[in-house]
Amino acid sequence: MTASVETPPKPAPEDVTSIVPRKGARARPLFDPPIVKRAVGDSFRKLSPRVMMKNPVMFVVEVGAATTTALAVRDLAAGAAIAGFSLQITLWLWFTVLFANFAEAMAEGRGKAQADTLRKTKTETMARRLRGSSEESVPATALRSGDVVLVAAGETIPGDGDVIEGIASVDESAITGESAPVIRESGGDRSAVTGGTRVLSDWVKIKITSNPGETFLDRMIALVEGAERQKTPNEIALNIVIAGLTIVFLLAVVTLQPFALYSVAASGSGSAPTVIVLVSLLVCLIPTTIGGLLSAIGIAGMDRVMQHNVLAMSGKAVEAAGDVNTLLLDKTGTITLGNRQAVEFIPVGNVNEDELADAAQLSSLADETPEGRSIVVLAKQKYNIRGREVGEHEARFIPFTAQTRMSGVDIDGRRIRKGATESVAEFVHEQGGAVPDELTDITDRISRSGGTPLVVADGNRALGVVHLKDVVKGGMRERFQQLRAMGIRTVMITGDNPLTAAAIAAEAGTDDFLAQATPKDKMDLIKKEQAGGRLVAMTGDGTNDAPALAQADVGLAMNTGTMAAKEAGNMVDLDSNPTKLIEVVAIGKQLLMTRGALTTFSIANDIAKYFAILPAMFMTTYPVMAQLNIMKLHTPQSAVLAAVIFNALIIIALIPLALRGVKYRPMSAASLLRRNLLIYGVGGVIAPFPGIWLIDRLLGVLHLA
Amino acid sequence: MTANGILQIALYMLVIILITKPMGLFMAKVFAGERTFLHPVLRPVEVAIYKLCGIDEQTEQKWTKYAGGVLIVSLVSLLFTYLLLRLQQWFPWNPAGLPNVGTDLAFNTSASFTTNTNWQSYTPESTMSYLSEMLALATHNFWSAAAGIAVAIAVVRGFARHSMSTLGNFWVDFTRCLVYILLPMSLVGALLLCSQGVIQNFHPYQKAVTVEGAAQTLPQGPFASQESIKEIGTNGGGTFNANSAHPYENPTPFSNFMEMVMIFAIPAGLTYTFGKMVKDTRQGWAIFAAMAILFLAGVFVVYPFEQTGNPILAKMGIATQATDTQPGGNMEGKEVRFGIANSSLFTVITTDASCGAVNNMHDSLTPLAGLVPLVNIELGEVIFGGVGSGLYGMLLFAVLAVFIAGLMVGRTPEYLGKKIEQKEVKMMMLAVLVLAFSILCFAAYGVLANFTKGGWINPPGPATANFNNSGPHGLSEILYAYTSGTGNNGSAFAGINANTPFFNLTIGLAMLCGRFLMLIPLLAAAGSLAQKKLVPVSAGTFPTHGPLFVALLVGVTVIVGALTFFPALSLGPVVEHFLMYQGKLWS
Repeated sequence: MTASVETPPKPAPEDVTSIVPRKGARARPLFDPPIVKRAVGDSFRKLSPRVMMKNPVMFVVEVGAATTTALAVRDLAAGAAIAGFSLQITLWLWFTVLFANFAEAMAEGRGKAQADTLRKTKTETMARRLRGSSEESVPATALRSGDVVLVAAGETIPGDGDVIEGIASVDESAITGESAPVIRESGGDRSAVTGGTRVLSDWVKIKITSNPGETFLDRMIALVEGAERQKTPNEIALNIVIAGLTIVFLLAVVTLQPFALYSVAASGSGSAPTVIVLVSLLVCLIPTTIGGLLSAIGIAGMDRVMQHNVLAMSGKAVEAAGDVNTLLLDKTGTITLGNRQAVEFIPVGNVNEDELADAAQLSSLADETPEGRSIVVLAKQKYNIRGREVGEHEARFIPFTAQTRMSGVDIDGRRIRKGATESVAEFVHEQGGAVPDELTDITDRISRSGGTPLVVADGNRALGVVHLKDVVKGGMRERFQQLRAMGIRTVMITGDNPLTAAAIAAEAGTDDFLAQATPKDKMDLIKKEQAGGRLVAMTGDGTNDAPALAQADVGLAMNTGTMAAKEAGNMVDLDSNPTKLIEVVAIGKQLLMTRGALTTFSIANDIAKYFAILPAMFMTTYPVMAQLNIMKLHTPQSAVLAAVIFNALIIIALIPLALRGVKYRPMSAASLLRRNLLIYGVGGVIAPFPGIWLIDRLLGVLHLA
Repeated sequence: MTANGILQIALYMLVIILITKPMGLFMAKVFAGERTFLHPVLRPVEVAIYKLCGIDEQTEQKWTKYAGGVLIVSLVSLLFTYLLLRLQQWFPWNPAGLPNVGTDLAFNTSASFTTNTNWQSYTPESTMSYLSEMLALATHNFWSAAAGIAVAIAVVRGFARHSMSTLGNFWVDFTRCLVYILLPMSLVGALLLCSQGVIQNFHPYQKAVTVEGAAQTLPQGPFASQESIKEIGTNGGGTFNANSAHPYENPTPFSNFMEMVMIFAIPAGLTYTFGKMVKDTRQGWAIFAAMAILFLAGVFVVYPFEQTGNPILAKMGIATQATDTQPGGNMEGKEVRFGIANSSLFTVITTDASCGAVNNMHDSLTPLAGLVPLVNIELGEVIFGGVGSGLYGMLLFAVLAVFIAGLMVGRTPEYLGKKIEQKEVKMMMLAVLVLAFSILCFAAYGVLANFTKGGWINPPGPATANFNNSGPHGLSEILYAYTSGTGNNGSAFAGINANTPFFNLTIGLAMLCGRFLMLIPLLAAAGSLAQKKLVPVSAGTFPTHGPLFVALLVGVTVIVGALTFFPALSLGPVVEHFLMYQGKLWS
């Protein structure tokens, strides 16, 4: 694998057919050499008992390793024949701890590397603070909430705030990785700016909204670095289980010694197992695999969210995403492309389609609205009518106004108009023409289907209707189907009337819709769902979304949105792509699945280890115990060593899985369970047998035991 | 194995399957306070009890109060029994003139009967007066069983209810269980047993002269009533040392079959009650199926090993093959009238359920057949299990299974619509820990203990001197003693002279740990579950019915339950088995 410094291209937003998490803008190779180098160092630093204490399972291993170290030194000093064995066990026990630390350090390393990049943008900038009419130059760190600063082209925005005057294009790539500049202007939902981004053109006056140390950039650095990482509820519960199992096995191993002493006395031969062997048994039995990788899984989950350019404020939010039962999706921008597009020309009377298309295109040539442009494009694509230069003609464009509710062009004596049905009908009447009855039928039909009819007339002749439609993004239907298979209900939120909403919801394939939704309706829906025991996820960007974002279990705010929305949500999408909510859900699920898979695997592994270590322990006392040595491990020492080595190596072998997450496919819980139970449960029972056997053979070949 | 034997096992299983639904339905109705066919007769009794005790039928209790009720009943009955045993000499109904019971034995026995264990480190017919049997021990059989069932019902309510802080009323559940379930069932059971020849009288012990002219004392007493509740309440404490192997307790093959059915009747029925209460009977059948698989697995280990018998005998030219007239196999410690199949079946049943009644001597089982009762109890008595305790124990494993593997579907684990979170997991792990701690630590202490000075606690010398067997079998015996105590089973390998203050005290403590330190965390978990909201079922929900979950539950029960004990067991029955096939003998 090679180190890559340039930012790979972002995935095209249309590529939405798969909800399997994929590498996004911030992808790095899994084993990036600088990260590995730092992780190796960190794994030793983490050996400090104060750090290890937080992980009860690995702490037990460390205590075990320290014990065997002392015993190995004693054996060495005494020149005992067993010293080689003691030394090897000791080494492998330390490796076990180090491997677990390495996993955690690797998971953290990716975040740390990213934090370093972010820190670079935090270099000292000077701010032009406005005090009344005067201007003073102060360091950015001296800015307090409420200060007003002026930022001109080429300057870096010194802190988070809202634009109160002016309009500018801003390069936010430092935060989002997206190089295309965005427009920031006073008022509305596009007024928020983030410290560390750069104004490219024009100027803006910004009212600072955060104090030093609390800026978005500061929080982002802390988050990706994992400095504020707290264990998530599910992680704590799992920790209780594995700590409990550790105590149970500790009891099993500690009480084994009295039973062994009794047996030695009874059979009159052999000796009780040494402390080194007992420690080895203990370490092999306690769930070190999951214990060693648990925190790495959590950190890597957060990191995966980050790779999708989503900033999760807490691990809890990511975990909650996996549990989500209901997704509230805004229609505009999420389910549909967000602007109505012409999809069809329907002529009336004896007018043919080409004539209608030609007139419609002519009337739209100067129309810069998305609707107008889409008419030009449709006419070109479908009827091969090219856009014309109207310069040589005597043309006068009539812009759309709220009063006339139509627009058009006067060209070469023709008066072409397009607009709302009533307005254009009135225009035709004024010109002395009549509107055919079928026109009303067509416009009604389009309205009912959720579209918008645009009537086109040429003078006193009504030519036909342009069908404008809010186009559903490609692949959304499939996505909603996958979500349904996972047991997640989708609800489309729209300000449209119920009729239109129903039509679009049916086309997109959402399970339900909320029409004519006010912020309060949205809030009520969330509360209703939550009262029914369901977890709700939603996206939002406006200030009036903030209460709902705060109420939802997973609130994904858009980076382009207002500061209020960003504060209220528990995640911020730096790409401002609301569809990403679905990916976040998948990552949350993957996180939980990885934990479950490794826990199951870890516990299932124990069976084989018994068959390796128990006969080795008691072969001298009861030679018949050899019958339990079903792997035919060649000596008792190599059997114990092989089990310990396997136990350590499995941690290293599973680091990629812990960091990447188990493969996730959208399917029902029943089939997921069957699949994963087979791989990690049954696989976990079987895998160690050949593994331990192979290590035993290698030890034999290398004369190590 | 013989075809006849297998047929009898199959018949038994069939009968259990058939009675599960009616039993479960009836119990669900009783605990929901609905009318049953017994209400016209027994409802006045129930109401009278509430009036007498000042119980408000409508009041509900939080888990803490509910657990408080269990503890009060247990403590009061423990003290009452202790005092009665200590003073029995001065009370009537003691025709044999038996003396007062010693302090340690009285403690052990009262702990034993309070915890539904019925471990008896004494010979009943020469220790207990009729009054002690009836007033102290027989009432315990009802009380401890009713308390166990009530706790199970409360735990199930934890799953069935949502957004509630209460689990029901202990006193009401306790009363209903006694009035509608245990008393009527044991009455019918006692009459049926009488019909087979089990005695029920208050006569003094009879003197008889044997054919050879020797004098013999024949104990008499009210045995049928004791015998019936002993099985129905999975108590297991017999009125004879030989327990259900004694002809007065278990005279015929039919009485034997009946007793076996009586042991599983309530535990099996409760799985259906559970399904009914959580409004999805498939959930109940899934639990039943997991239990049935583990049960049959046990039977089909014990039976073939017992039928094969001891290879050392076979080498000596002794026929061990079953023939039309000879049972073959290992008949040591077995009653001829029951034979190998029914002895094996009884062994597994009594140790699956925490009954502990025996119709054969477990100490005489071949090593691996003897391993099965040990493992059965060490799993936590969850294979049908004790009345009530079996269900709540299995629900513990179900929650653990859901927690460990349930994460693999990518959601916070849920069981029956309840999210399994920190608090539940903590309580469940606590229960698992208690089980392991009590069995392993007490047994290890028993093996290590060495008394240099003679004295009250134990004769001088190591505690192991009380073992009748040396070698691996001795280890099995001591493991069995503490396993049986902790698991509240009460059966014994009987190879230990356990009636020393040392064993009476430690086993008594193990019984109390195994009962109350399991039950309190489970009630706590149930209290927390009842408060949760119900998560609606969707395609994303982990399915907890159907074969996949059953397999998972069996796997988790075996792995989590047995892995802990595997090292200890390997030095006991497992190595004994290997040695037996090598021809090695122990004194």
